Amino acid sequence: MSTEARKPPAQIALKIRRVLGGKAGWNGVAVQLAFAAVLGWIGYEIVSNARANLENQHIAAGFGFLRNNAGFDVNQTLISYTGSDTFLRVFVVGLLNTLVVSVVGIFFATVIGFVVALCRLSPNWLLSRVGEIYVEVIRNLPVLFQILFWYLAVLAALPNPRQSISLLGIAFVSNRGLVIPQPIGQAGLDPFLAVLLFGIVASLALRTYARRALFQRGQVIRIWPYVLGLLFGLPLVTMLLFGLPFTFELPQLKGFNFAGGSRIIPEFVALTLALSTYTAAFIAEIVRAGILSVHKGQMEAGASLGLSRGTTLRLIVVPQAMRVIVPPLTNQYLNLTKNSSLAVAIGYPDLVSVWAGTSLSQTGQAIEIIAMTMGVYLLISLITSAIMSVYGWRVSRSLGA
Amino acid sequence: MKRVTLALTLALAAGLTAQAADAQTLKTVKDRGVLSCGVSQGLPGFSSPDDKGNWTGLDVDVCRAIAAAIFNDPTKVKFVPTSAKDRFTALQSGEIDVLSRNTTWTISRDTSLGANFTGVTYYDGQGFMVKKSLKVNSALELNSASVCVQTGTTTEQNLADYFKANNMKYEVIAFGTNDETVKAYEAGRCDVFTTDQSGLYSNRLKLANPNDHMVLPEIISKEPLGPMVRHGDDQWFDIVKWTLFALVTTEELGITSKNVDEKAKIENPELKRVLGSDGNFGEQLGLTKDWVIRIVKATGNYGEVFDRNVGAGSPLGITRGLNNLWNKGGLQYAPPIR
Amino acid sequence: MSDITSSGYVRQDLLAERPAPVKTTGFVGLVRTRLLNSPTNILITIVSALLLWFTVVPSVKFLFVDAVWTGTDRTACLTENGACWPYIQAKLPQLIYGFYPEAERWRVDLVLILSVVLLLPLLIPRLPAKGINASLFFFAFPVVAFFLLHGGGITGFGLSWTAGLLQLFDDSIIGAGQALLSLSKTSAIAPLLWVLGNLVVLVGTAIYWLIFPLTWLRDQLEGTGQSVWTDFAITTIVVSLIAFMMGGGVRTGWRPLAWSIATFAAIAAVIKLMGLDHGGLPVVQTRLWGGLLVTLVVSVAGIVTSLPIGIALALGRRSTIPLIRIFSIAFIEFWRGVPLITVLFFATYMLPLFLPGNFTVDGLVRALIGIALFTGAYQAENVRGGLAAIPRGQGEAAAALGLSWWKTTSLIVLPQALRHVIPNLVNSFISLFKDTSLVSIVALFDLLGSLRASFADPKWSAPSILFTGFAFVGIIYFLFCFGMSRYSLFVENRLNAHRRN
Repeated sequence: MSTEARKPPAQIALKIRRVLGGKAGWNGVAVQLAFAAVLGWIGYEIVSNARANLENQHIAAGFGFLRNNAGFDVNQTLISYTGSDTFLRVFVVGLLNTLVVSVVGIFFATVIGFVVALCRLSPNWLLSRVGEIYVEVIRNLPVLFQILFWYLAVLAALPNPRQSISLLGIAFVSNRGLVIPQPIGQAGLDPFLAVLLFGIVASLALRTYARRALFQRGQVIRIWPYVLGLLFGLPLVTMLLFGLPFTFELPQLKGFNFAGGSRIIPEFVALTLALSTYTAAFIAEIVRAGILSVHKGQMEAGASLGLSRGTTLRLIVVPQAMRVIVPPLTNQYLNLTKNSSLAVAIGYPDLVSVWAGTSLSQTGQAIEIIAMTMGVYLLISLITSAIMSVYGWRVSRSLGA
Repeated sequence: MKRVTLALTLALAAGLTAQAADAQTLKTVKDRGVLSCGVSQGLPGFSSPDDKGNWTGLDVDVCRAIAAAIFNDPTKVKFVPTSAKDRFTALQSGEIDVLSRNTTWTISRDTSLGANFTGVTYYDGQGFMVKKSLKVNSALELNSASVCVQTGTTTEQNLADYFKANNMKYEVIAFGTNDETVKAYEAGRCDVFTTDQSGLYSNRLKLANPNDHMVLPEIISKEPLGPMVRHGDDQWFDIVKWTLFALVTTEELGITSKNVDEKAKIENPELKRVLGSDGNFGEQLGLTKDWVIRIVKATGNYGEVFDRNVGAGSPLGITRGLNNLWNKGGLQYAPPIR
Repeated sequence: MSDITSSGYVRQDLLAERPAPVKTTGFVGLVRTRLLNSPTNILITIVSALLLWFTVVPSVKFLFVDAVWTGTDRTACLTENGACWPYIQAKLPQLIYGFYPEAERWRVDLVLILSVVLLLPLLIPRLPAKGINASLFFFAFPVVAFFLLHGGGITGFGLSWTAGLLQLFDDSIIGAGQALLSLSKTSAIAPLLWVLGNLVVLVGTAIYWLIFPLTWLRDQLEGTGQSVWTDFAITTIVVSLIAFMMGGGVRTGWRPLAWSIATFAAIAAVIKLMGLDHGGLPVVQTRLWGGLLVTLVVSVAGIVTSLPIGIALALGRRSTIPLIRIFSIAFIEFWRGVPLITVLFFATYMLPLFLPGNFTVDGLVRALIGIALFTGAYQAENVRGGLAAIPRGQGEAAAALGLSWWKTTSLIVLPQALRHVIPNLVNSFISLFKDTSLVSIVALFDLLGSLRASFADPKWSAPSILFTGFAFVGIIYFLFCFGMSRYSLFVENRLNAHRRN
C-alpha cells in the first residue's frame, strides 16, 4: 500500500471568508457593510451640501476657470509670465517656485546638517557645545517664527537700492535682492553645452572604468589629466571654434531699481535661510544618531589600520551609517518641501501663496484650488514614500536573507 | 462615525447659531438681538478698534445706523473683523448680516458672489503713496519701481492694468494683510504703496513718520465703496439701502443729530414725511415710524459721519470732493422719501 | 643581626618631590585634553570661541545693556538701539489674552490654575491616583474649561442631546432615501433605485418610530421650566442602571453604580456652581481670544482630540478586515502627505461648503477640526509603533484565555502600547505647540499672530520693537518647548530603565 502525500482539501469557502472579512470572518463582512454604509452616507452628505451651497452662492463648479486670464503679476517667475496669462500658467509658476526653493533648501540643509553633526561629534568640547546650542535653539522655535525673523533680519541688514553694496562692480546687494549679471545665450551656446555634457558623461565612464580596473586587477590608472582635458580643454576648443557661448548683461541702476541682470529676491533668500537652518538642525540629529549607530569597533579598527580620523569617517563609518540615515533624511526633505508652503507669510510667490492665496481670492473656486494644491503635495509625498520603500527593500535584500 | 459625531458635537457644543440663509434676515437679526456686521481688520477712519476693543469709523457708523433703525440702540452691533480673503464667504455663510468693509462695487462681485451692493458710502479711487525722499511727483515717473500691494483685491488687477497701459515695468510684492503690506513699505522693501486713496491717507497715520510720505495726485481707477448684503432677501436689501439714503436725505434737509427734535416739530410736509409724522414709510420697510429719527440721533447725518471719521474733524482730513452732496459738486444723491 | 640602617641599598634620605601628574580632570584638564591638545584643535577652539563671541555678545547687548526699561510710548525707544521693554509691558495683556474682555480675564486665569493643578501631579511619576487624575484632566477639565472660557449655559442634558443627534441622523437618512427616489424617476436603472430608495426611507421611518419616545420626552421637557434638571435626573437614573447591569447586576454591580452616581453628583455640583442651567457665564466669542491663550487651547485641544483618532486609525491599520485597513491606510497617508497650512485652508474655506447651509461653525472650531485630523494621522503612526513593540505572545496568551478581540485590545494590548507611546506623545505635543503659530495665517490670533498685530500700533512705532517682540516671543516658545523636551527625555529614561544595561 502506498501512502503518498495527499493535497490538502480545497477549502474554498474558508479562503473566501478570509479574503472578504479578514480574521473576523463573516462578522468582518457585516462590519465592512456597515462601515461602507456610514462612509456612503457621509459622502452623500458632503456632496449634496456642497452642491447646494455652491448653487446658492452662484459659484461655478469645475475647472473651466483655468482658462481665464489671471490679471495679476507675480514677483518671481522661472518661466515667462505676464498679467494676461491663464490661471493654469499661474499654477505652473507657483509650482516651479516651490520646487526651486525646495531644491536649494535641501542642498543647503544637507550641507549645514552634516557639518553641525560632525561638530557635535567632535572631541573638541567647545565645538560640540556650539553644535548642541545650535540644535537646541533651532529645534525649539517654530518654523514660521524663524521665517519671519530671517525676513526681518535680511531686510533690516540690507540698504536701499540707491545705496546698494556692490560686489566687484558687477553684482549688487540691496533690500530689493541680489542682482547678478545675466548670461544671454549666443551662437556658440549649443555646441558648448553639448560638448560639456559629453565631457561629463565621458568622465563618469572613465571613473567607472578606472575603479573596475583597480578592484579587479589592482591596476592604478590616473584619470585626472584626462578628466581635466575633457571638462576644460574640449569646451575651450569649442569656444574658439564656434565663438563665445554667452555674453553677460550687466545690471545698472536706473531710477528706482536695477535694469538688466537677473535678480534673487530677498524673500527667496530669507525663506531658503530659514528652511535650511531649521531642517539642518533635525538632519544633524539624524546624522549623529546614524554615526553613533555604527559600532565603536569600526572606528578602532580603522585607527588600528593607521587611517586618520577623517579617512576612517569617510571610508568606513559614514557608508555604514548611511543605511540608518537615509530614511529619516528623506522624511526631513519632505518636511522641508511642506514647510516651504509657509512662504505666504513673507510674500514669496510659491504654490500656496500664489494659487491657494491670490487665485483663490480672485476666483472664489475654493474646492478646485485647494484640491489641486493638496494633490500636488500629496503626489510629492507619495512618490518619495515609494522611492523610500524601494530603497528599504534593496537594503534589506543586500543585508542578506 | 466617531469623526462625524465628534465634528457635529463640536459644532453643536461651540454654541453655533443656526441662521437661515433665506429671506428672513430681519427676523433673524431681531431674534438674535444684535446686528452682525462684517468690518475690516483695522483701517483707521473706516473701521478700527481701539485698545479696549471699541470700534469707530465710517463703515462702523453705517452698521450702527442700521442697528439704531432696528433696535433704537446703536450699540447692538457685533463687529466681525474679516480679511480681504474671507469677507465674502463670511457674508455668504450667514456669519454676518451686512458687509460694511470698504468693498469696491464691481460687476463680478455683484453677480457671481451671491451678494448685492446696497449703495455707495464713499466714492474712492486707487492711488499711490511714495516717500518724499524719492522726489517723485507723478505716477507716470514710477517706471521699474517696486510696488507693495495687498493680495486678493481689485488693487492688484488695477495696478497691472495701469502699468501695462502706460508701458511701464514694475515689481509687485503682494502680502496677505494690509498691516504686512504697510510694514514692508515702511521697511523699504518697496518704493510705492498702493491702495484706495482713502486707505492711503488712513494708513499714512499708522506710519512712524507720516510727514515723510506723500500721496501722488493720480487716481487710476473708480472704487465706489459700499455695504453688501446677501442675494435673495429683498426686505433686508431695502432696509440697508434706505438707511444709506436716510443719511444723505437728512444732510440734504439740514437735519443733524443736534436739531432733529426741533425739526420734528416744524410743519413742513417734507420734514414730516422724512421724520415719520406723516405716512407709514418706516412700517413699509419693516421698521418703525421714527426710523430716520433713530438713525440721525444715533450717528448724525452723512456729513456728520464723514466729518467725524474721515473728514475735517478726524486725523485723516480728507476733503468731501466726490462725496459731497449732488447740489454741492459731489455725487451723493438720495431718492425722495415719499 | 646586622644593622638594617647601614645597608648600602637602603635609602637614607627622602626622594625629592616630583611634580604632580598632568591634570586630566577639572577645568584645567578639560582645556588641556579637549580644547588645546593639537594645532587643529586650537584652531577649532579659537573659531568656536569667536563664533560664540559674535553671536552672544551682541544679543546680550541688545537685550540687556542697551535696553530701555521704562517709558510710556515710542519716544522712549526712538533714540536707543537696544530692546524696548516698555513696549512688551504695554502689550503683555494682548500677548497673553488677546482681546479677551478685561472684566472676564479671571476666567482665563482660573482655567490656567486648574490645568496646572491637574496636570502637575500627572507629570510626576511618583504620585499615586493616576487613574482619577487622568480622567479628571482628560474628561472633566476640557468641559469645565470650555464653559469657563466661552461662557454660555446648557438647555438640556443627555436625553435631549441624544434625541437631537438621533433625529439629525434620521432626517438625513430619510432625505437620502427621498433623493434616491426622485433620482429613480429620471434614471436608467429606475427600478433598482426605486427599490433602494424605498428601502432607505423605510429604514429611516423605522428609526423615527424607534426614537419617537426619546423625541417626545424631550419635547415635553422643553415645555416645562426645569428642563435641565429633569433631563439630568433621567439621564443619571438611566446611565446608573446601565452601569449597574453591565457591572454584573446584584452580585458585583454596586461599585460601578457608586462610581456612576458619584460622577453625576460632581457634574451636578459643577452645573450648579457655574450656573449653567441659568445661562452660565457671559459668552466671550472665540474671535476675541488671542495670544498665549489661543496657543495653549489649540495645542491642548489638538492633542486631546487627536489621541482617540490616532488609536482608532492605528487599530484600523492593523486590522485584517480589508475595507477598514484600506481606509485607514489611505486616511493616514493623505493627512500625513499634505502640509498643515493647506489643511487649515481646507478647514477654513472648504468645510463650510460641506455643511448644510444653515450651520455656521466657529472659526476656531474649524481650525481645531483641521488640526485634530492632521495630528490624529501622525499619532496613528506613533501608536502603531507602540503596538508593534508588544510581543506577539501577548495576543496569543489572551487568545488562549479565550478573550475576544475587543477585550484583548482594551485590557492587554493598549495599556502596554501606550507606555511606549508617551515619549512620542510629548514630542508630538512639542511639534503641535510650535505648529499652532500657523493659525495666524488663517486670521486667528495666537501668540505669534498677536505679536504681529501689535506691531501695527502707531503709538509704539520704533525701529527696535520688531526685534524686541521677536526676542520676547522666542524666549517664551523656547522655554515651553525646551522644558517639554527635557521632560520627555526624563520620562523616556524612566520608562526604559528596565532596559538599560
